[in-house]
Amino acid sequence: MTDLSIWDNISFAFPEIFLAIAAMVLLLTGVFLNGKYVREIGYGAVAVLVIALFLVNFGTASQDAVLFNGAFVTDGFGQFSKSVIYIAAIFAIILSDRFMDRERLARFEYPVLILLSVLGMSLMVASTDLISVYMGIELQSLSLYILATFNRDSRRSTEAGLKYFVLGALSSGLMLYGMSLIYGFTGATTFEAIAIAADDANRIGLVFGMVFLISGLAFKVSAAPFHMWTPDVYEGSPTPVTAFFAAAPKFAGMAIFARVLVEAFPAATGALSDWQQVIVLVSILSMVVGAFSAIAQKNIKRLMAYSSIGHMGYALMGLAAGTSQGVSSVLIYMTIYVIMTIGTFACILMMRRPEGMAENISDLSGLAQTRPGMAIMFSALMFSLAGIPIFLGFFAKLYVFMAAVNAGLFVLVVIGALTSVIATYYYLRVVKIIWMDEPAPEFERDEGAGVKGVAILSTVLIVAGIAVIMPFLNVAADAAAATLF
Amino acid sequence: MTESFIDQPWLSFTTFLPIFGALLIVLRRLLSRGDETALVDNAARWVALLTTVVTFIVSLVVYVFYDPSLQGFQLVEEMDWLGSGISYKMGVDGASILFVLLTTFIMPICILASWNSVTKRVADYMIAFLVLETLMIGVFCALDLVLFYVFFEASLIPMFLIIGIWGSEGERTFMGAIVKNRIYATFKFFLYTLLGSLLMLIALVWMYMEAGTTDVVALQTYDFPVGAQNWLWLAFFASFAVKMPMWPVHTWLPDAHVQAPTAGSVVLAAILLKMGGYGFVRFSLPMFPLASDFFAPFVFTLSAIAIVYTSLVAFAQEDMKKLIAYSSVAHMGFVTMGLFTATEQGIEGALFQMLSHGFISGALFLCVGVVYDRLHTRQIAAYGGLVKHMKWYSFFFLFFTMGNVGLPGVSGFVGEMLTLVGAYKVSTWTAAVATLGLIFSAAYGLRLYREVVFGTVHNEQVLTMPDLGKREWGMLAVLAIMALWLGVNPSPTLEVFSPAVDSVLGRYDAALAAAGR
Repeated sequence: MTDLSIWDNISFAFPEIFLAIAAMVLLLTGVFLNGKYVREIGYGAVAVLVIALFLVNFGTASQDAVLFNGAFVTDGFGQFSKSVIYIAAIFAIILSDRFMDRERLARFEYPVLILLSVLGMSLMVASTDLISVYMGIELQSLSLYILATFNRDSRRSTEAGLKYFVLGALSSGLMLYGMSLIYGFTGATTFEAIAIAADDANRIGLVFGMVFLISGLAFKVSAAPFHMWTPDVYEGSPTPVTAFFAAAPKFAGMAIFARVLVEAFPAATGALSDWQQVIVLVSILSMVVGAFSAIAQKNIKRLMAYSSIGHMGYALMGLAAGTSQGVSSVLIYMTIYVIMTIGTFACILMMRRPEGMAENISDLSGLAQTRPGMAIMFSALMFSLAGIPIFLGFFAKLYVFMAAVNAGLFVLVVIGALTSVIATYYYLRVVKIIWMDEPAPEFERDEGAGVKGVAILSTVLIVAGIAVIMPFLNVAADAAAATLF
Repeated sequence: MTESFIDQPWLSFTTFLPIFGALLIVLRRLLSRGDETALVDNAARWVALLTTVVTFIVSLVVYVFYDPSLQGFQLVEEMDWLGSGISYKMGVDGASILFVLLTTFIMPICILASWNSVTKRVADYMIAFLVLETLMIGVFCALDLVLFYVFFEASLIPMFLIIGIWGSEGERTFMGAIVKNRIYATFKFFLYTLLGSLLMLIALVWMYMEAGTTDVVALQTYDFPVGAQNWLWLAFFASFAVKMPMWPVHTWLPDAHVQAPTAGSVVLAAILLKMGGYGFVRFSLPMFPLASDFFAPFVFTLSAIAIVYTSLVAFAQEDMKKLIAYSSVAHMGFVTMGLFTATEQGIEGALFQMLSHGFISGALFLCVGVVYDRLHTRQIAAYGGLVKHMKWYSFFFLFFTMGNVGLPGVSGFVGEMLTLVGAYKVSTWTAAVATLGLIFSAAYGLRLYREVVFGTVHNEQVLTMPDLGKREWGMLAVLAIMALWLGVNPSPTLEVFSPAVDSVLGRYDAALAAAGR
């Protein structure tokens, strides 16, 4: 385990090291260029992420290894997660292109901060030690706090960032407290050692630590009852930032959630029953909050916030199964969720009138008559988020249902089905406003090729995914999940 | 004809052909300029008509290749899809082939029925109908549970839009807000059906976990544990009973029917409702025979209530479409009753009743559409004395009313007769109560006809209404011929059903015998 030389370690960690160096180089370049060539720095960041994507999948880092005395690993699970995170980040940068220009927010720090948070996520999903988990999460979160306040002259954006920072710090504190309890009762910080020590450790203390840890992680993925920050932060942040928030960090959070629970508290030691009921509860609460709170929303970004809370509930349903199949279904769910979210936010970014961004659901009124193409994309995404076949969102639900049913969690599944009917109501309401109401003034048509391209791409994926994604996604996710067991 | 010609994926071709028509319309729209709406609309109408007619012809080709004397599935296509037991599998047997034909037959009529009556957003309308056709054919052809579910639930989307966009005007207060009736109806339709479907999804997932496959053929011979069967049956029942619809979960149907445009009502009555009955035959009976046997009295009770109660409700209606909608619920009561008798007559009668109801109720909704296009009201009281000026209309309306009542010689009679025979064998009192329904159906049918067609003219506008145009005449005549042919000569149809019914029953009886019931 420790027989890798330092150079071997570095060669396996090369994608992350590359990301870190590239982010710093871009930062220096940006400072040096003094506010010029902002767009080019964005392209540079995209190129960096593409290279990192390549390195993760085809370089040395694509082989399995345990690095830095068990602090990190490279395995199929990490590889899958990193790939999705990098792709989500690429799209978040593409989405920002025109928006930042128009809102006079074009600053080179944006892609740099995205790169840094991606680096944090990348470390996070590869961590097998509580310390490295915490470091990864903090690197990610600090970058995200700044991103939330990116529109520093806007009161809403600053408020969002501050709220996110204060509550985020609180949750980090909870998590750290949980980690220290776990360390106190097991004497270990690596997942492997915790799993071994947990067998004869004082169960109660360990469970306390685990619950605090879960609370912190639930905050990061915005699962109820730790979801309060989500609507405000979603609403206040600049929309491309919200798109990024809703996609990559959620995936990373869910991935480390799965890894911590499955590796440090494996079913083999009997710890499964300790965390399963907590996850079931969090899952139910998230689904219910997501379903009911979204009904009254008037702002599309707040709607998406509650929708994402609900979706986290479904993803946690897969995790609650605690099996390899369950983790695989989480990966499937989150991948599909990322595709749908990015697409929806691309559509939201197209909602712009001469007087500024339109964010109310009622602004979509009669869209089918003013912009039929956009209306079709928006509606397809809404149906997909609701989990109606033929769209990809249905398969996400199908696989978590499979995992949960196989684990015997029938109550959870039935509640999931009921809340999904309620959730469908508000997605349908958006569709209704788009297709059945009287047209509102038309949106501007200069959203830029990037936003349009992302919207079209994700719509194509969620429609054609039934034939072109699903057959491969479930095989890839199964293989990735199997590496945790 | 060469073997390789028959071996082509004809079912997939039939299923996805309408989508290509829809894509053509999309293409035409993309190529058009802003001021060409009328041109695009007209092109959309013709493309839709042509596509549906070609689809019908292709489905006839499928029928030519189909050998009705054989048991089991024919024209089977199988392709890898999601791996591990979930595949793309299509095929037809006696229980489904005629419903495929019914779908492809009704669709051109729907397009024709909307030719002049739909004037806003015609291209979107035609696209929605073509997509709907693909999904409906898919439901009847799918031989994989997941694939079936995809088609089954996806068909809600186009119907949601059809009712919501092209439905009738009118408002109501709902939870303190004023909403359009059609919006209320379409949400109710969608959410009601979705709730049922999701429960079925859970059952489906459980079955997949248990049996390791979602292949319908394999599942039909898989013995599910006795304890689980009841739960699975209930979950499937939740979905199909809402779709049928059975009393007491039928309340979405009158709303949806009343608000939908004419062609929407026709599709809803003629095909979408049949998916529920088809589901019972394809899944509930062969896969959960013990549970079906156990719950049969429950179904009989609901069916008997549906037949009597909704017939009485129909009698009290002031709205023509609502009356026919309630009559549909009553007629579907005969179907569920027949199916769960698990006798040859009962199931064949139920399938026959579904087919015949497709023609007759579809035609009745067309009849309502005809006068609605002229007077823009569905109130029975607004009409009266039509017979003086609309002779052909009165003729066809009478014919279909009689068909609905179940007059011998028209297809409605055969189905009701057979289901009643089946019911008498199993449960005399159910049959006796159901027979009452026949009388009631005559009562409300004749009342509707008398008040609309006969009686005094108390609305001057009625006198100016022209008789059926060529298009309307043609649509009704075709449906009348079908209803008459099925009624006079039912045996070829019953012979198509028979192998499928035999295999369902063989499986059913064997399972019951094995369980010692």
